Parts: sequence; structure tokens; C-alpha cells
Amino acid sequence: MNDKIYKIILFAAALVIPIVCGGVVYALVTDAYEAFDHFGFISFLTSSEWSYTDGDEHYGALPFITGTLMTTFLALLFCIPFSLPVALFVGEYFKGTKVAAVLSTVTDLLAGIPSIIYGLWGFYTLRPIIMELDISPQGSGILTASLVLAIMIVPYAASLSAEFIKMVPNDLKEGAYSLGATRAEVIRRVVFPVAGSGIFSSFVLAVGRALGETMTVTMLIGNTNTMPDSITSTGNSMASIIANQFGEASDLRLSSLIAIGLILFLITAVINLVGKMMIKRARIS
Amino acid sequence: MKDKLMLWLICILSALTAVPLFAILGEVLLRGYDQLSWSFFTEPTPTAYRAMKAIQAGEPIPGGIANGIVGTMIMLGMAVVFAVPIGILCGAYLAENPKRRFAKVVSYLTDMLQGTPSVIIGIITYIWVVVPMKGYSAIAGSVALFIMMLPLIIRSTEETIKILPASLKEAGLALGGNRARVMLRVQLPAAFGGIFTGVLLAISRVIGETAPLMFTALGCSFVRFAVDKPISAVPLLIWEFFNDPNLQELIWGASLFLLLFVLTLNITAKYLAKKWNQ
Repeated sequence: MNDKIYKIILFAAALVIPIVCGGVVYALVTDAYEAFDHFGFISFLTSSEWSYTDGDEHYGALPFITGTLMTTFLALLFCIPFSLPVALFVGEYFKGTKVAAVLSTVTDLLAGIPSIIYGLWGFYTLRPIIMELDISPQGSGILTASLVLAIMIVPYAASLSAEFIKMVPNDLKEGAYSLGATRAEVIRRVVFPVAGSGIFSSFVLAVGRALGETMTVTMLIGNTNTMPDSITSTGNSMASIIANQFGEASDLRLSSLIAIGLILFLITAVINLVGKMMIKRARIS
Repeated sequence: MKDKLMLWLICILSALTAVPLFAILGEVLLRGYDQLSWSFFTEPTPTAYRAMKAIQAGEPIPGGIANGIVGTMIMLGMAVVFAVPIGILCGAYLAENPKRRFAKVVSYLTDMLQGTPSVIIGIITYIWVVVPMKGYSAIAGSVALFIMMLPLIIRSTEETIKILPASLKEAGLALGGNRARVMLRVQLPAAFGGIFTGVLLAISRVIGETAPLMFTALGCSFVRFAVDKPISAVPLLIWEFFNDPNLQELIWGASLFLLLFVLTLNITAKYLAKKWNQ
């Protein structure tokens, strides 16, 4: 095989990716067009009505955008107090030890559990606890979904953050110690400022995960199509409304669901690209 | 004093993070182990009516998840056959041309595809495959799995080839091999460990995917080998059992099977990566 054919074959394989991505955008845009055309782009985004009675169809994405933002934000909030300690445990306090290896294996395995099994666990174990604690009568809802989502994204945030914490140069830390700093001070004054942008970007990527998580949220959020009025109320996220209704939808409703898919795709694409760019920058500096 | 408190806090919070893994494993094991039997793997899902009869008679629900296992294997097999060669070639392209603008674009798009929610991959495959073929099929399901595996394989191939010592490639070229031969005979074999691990991880990542299969493979209550008809998969069955009160008993056996499969793949991949790195 000569070099020319070799190059052409590799190039052709690489071409698959732009074709797939272009196809994704093209298919989503053309199929979402009907909904945007019918309701108008802005009012589709800002309408909170979702009714599919014949003759009086009305679809708006606001309840689901709200649901996605609420679950994602809460999941991020719940995940920080666990992923930061894990990152410090693996990347600073017990760096390179057996315990650290065990803990990172545990978090890796957590990341490997399929989301439908997280959903089952949330439904059969966590939901009864939420009901028992009288937090919400039906047990499912935005809060329940967010709690399980948080567990799901801890591994992503923790393992990436640990990587950046590990990279903090030793002489910086030693310099601080020699000036009489305690370990807590070194972490606050040296490790966090140096690894900060890397840690931040790992949380951005974790958010990217949480935004599109489907099955867990579908099983736990309660599946109501109205605006959620508190964190304990039921709702739907963009991913869960699609999972719930795509199979039975047609025409205008199908197009509206695809439009929601397009919005979700754009949001996750932006978050992921921003996160990856930040990571690249943090790695270089 | 403050230092000690912080250390304790970090240890406690870290230990708490491990709790869900054991809680989930424990629950699935305890509720599922007595369902695993020979017939659970060889018989298809019972109808809701048969299951209801069995429940009323106080007997265990007959049947199993054979239709799901066969479907998963068929779709996964088809996805792997396409995703592995294309992914490796694309990864090789990215590793060979790191400075090209096109390679940078491909690299960003790969990241984007990897971050795309699986439910959207489901929609896309529905539009691309299910609508033109006028029906749900195993082919559609495997296309969805293919799209999800591709970025993972590309990344692991690219990264493994990039960390190979440059002297390896140079020695091959100095011995008179052209770039294609050096890639095929020297670089890819040397990178085999990393690529193989990447493929195992990619399989373990997509094998539990439910959302993209709901609008593509749909599901089927008997064992089927046709690729142009709706087909079942283990995660799809779990979803069905979850929604059907008569079949709820079967959830745990199916989940235990899926969970053990995924975790074994994960641990094997990690172990192999470690072994090959030494």
C-alpha cells in the first residue's frame, strides 16, 4: 500500500465525524422547523403550555428548560461537597497510595453504572426515604432526580479535579510549608488557586453530563408537563419529556419534541466545548 | 487542630461517596440473585397475562430475558464491527496530523459527539434510519450504538498512538517502511493494549444505554435474529419491567445481569490497561 492510498483511507475515516455531526444538526433543524414555524422561535421557548388535545395543540418548551436547569443546578450543588473532598483525597492527601487507588476505582465503577439502574435505585430506595422524611408526598420530583444525578456526576468532576490537583508543583507547596503554612492553608492558598481553573472546568463538564441525562431523570422526576413551582414539585426535563413522549408523538408534537432536542443539543454542545477548551488551557498553563 | 478536622472531613465525605456504589450493588444483588437461573437466560419474556396468572397462583414468574440478551448481542456486534475499524482509522488520522486544521475540527467535533446526550442520538437515528426504513429495527439500534461508540474509540486510539515513543515510528521509517506499513506493523500493534481497553470501555458504556434504543430498536417479546425488525435489548427489558406492574419481579434479575456485565467489563479493561502499561 503506498502512502497516497493510506492517506486517503485515513482521511476518509476522519471524514465520518464531520458527516455525522453535520447530519445531526441538519436533521434536527429540518425536523424542528415545523414547530418553530408554527409557534415562532421565541414564543416556543417562552411558552409554558404543553397540551396535545386534538384541535387545540399547544407546545412550549419553558417547563422543560426550567426542569433541566433546576435538576442540573441542584445536582451540581449536591455534587460539589463530595467531589472536592474525593479529589483532594486522591490528588493531595493520599496521592499515590493504595487507598487512593481504591477510591478512584470505586468512583470509576460508579461512573460505569448504567443510568437505568441509577433510576431503579432512586425509585425503590431513595424515593421511599424522601416520602418518609415528608419532603414530598409522592416521593418523586425535581429534588429526588437531582440527588441521584449528583451521585452520577461526582465521578466525572472528582477524577478530573484530582488530575489537576495532582499537577500542582511540589516546590510551590513546599515553599508555603516552609513559611509555616498548615496543610489547610496550603490547600486554600496554593492548591486551589493553582488548580482552580482546571477544577472549575471539570465541574463544567460534569454539568454537561447532567444536562442530558435521560433515564434516571425520567424515572424520578414525576413526569408532569407544567411549570415546576418549587424544588420538591414534579416536572419534566428536556431529555425526560422526549423519552416519555417521542414514541407516541406525531406531526406537530413530534416536531416540537425534536425542537426541544435541538435546544438541548445546542446547550450541551456549548457547555462541552467551553469545558474542553478550558481544560486544554488549564493543562498548558 | 484545624488541619486534623479538615483531614477527617475529607475522609468522611470521600467514604460517603463510596456508599452509593455498595448500596446499589447490594440492593440489586439481594433482590436479584434468586431470579438468576438457567431458564432466566434461555427463555424469552413472558406476556403480562402469563405473569399475572403466575402471580395469582403464587408461583414465580416464568420466562427470562433471552430475547434481550440476543438483541443486545446482535446490535452490539453490528455496532462494534463498524465502529472499531472506522474509529481506529480516524484516531490514527488525528494522531498522524495533529497540526492540521481539519484534524483540529474533527477533534472538536469528536468531543461534541461524545458529549451529545444519548436521547438525542436516539432522535437522530430515528430520523435517519427508522423513518426511511418505515419501521423500528435492529439496524437502527446498532446505528445509534455505533454513533455513541465512535468518539470513545477514536479518543483512545489517538491518545494511545500519541504516547508511543517517537523513536518507534522513526525506526520503522528508517528501516524503509512507508507510513502505512509503519502504522500497520509497528504503531498499531504497539498501541494494541490501549485500543483494546478503549473498545472494552466503549462497549461497557453503550451496553446499558436505554434511551437511544427506545426510538430505534423498540423491543420485541420473543427471541429474534432478523436485523430489519424490532428487537429487544436487556436495558429495554428493564424499562419494560419497570413500567409493567405484572413483570416488576423480573427487574432485579435483569438489572443484576446487566450490572455484573458492565462492571466486569470495566474492571477487566482497567486491569488490562494497568498490565499493559507496565
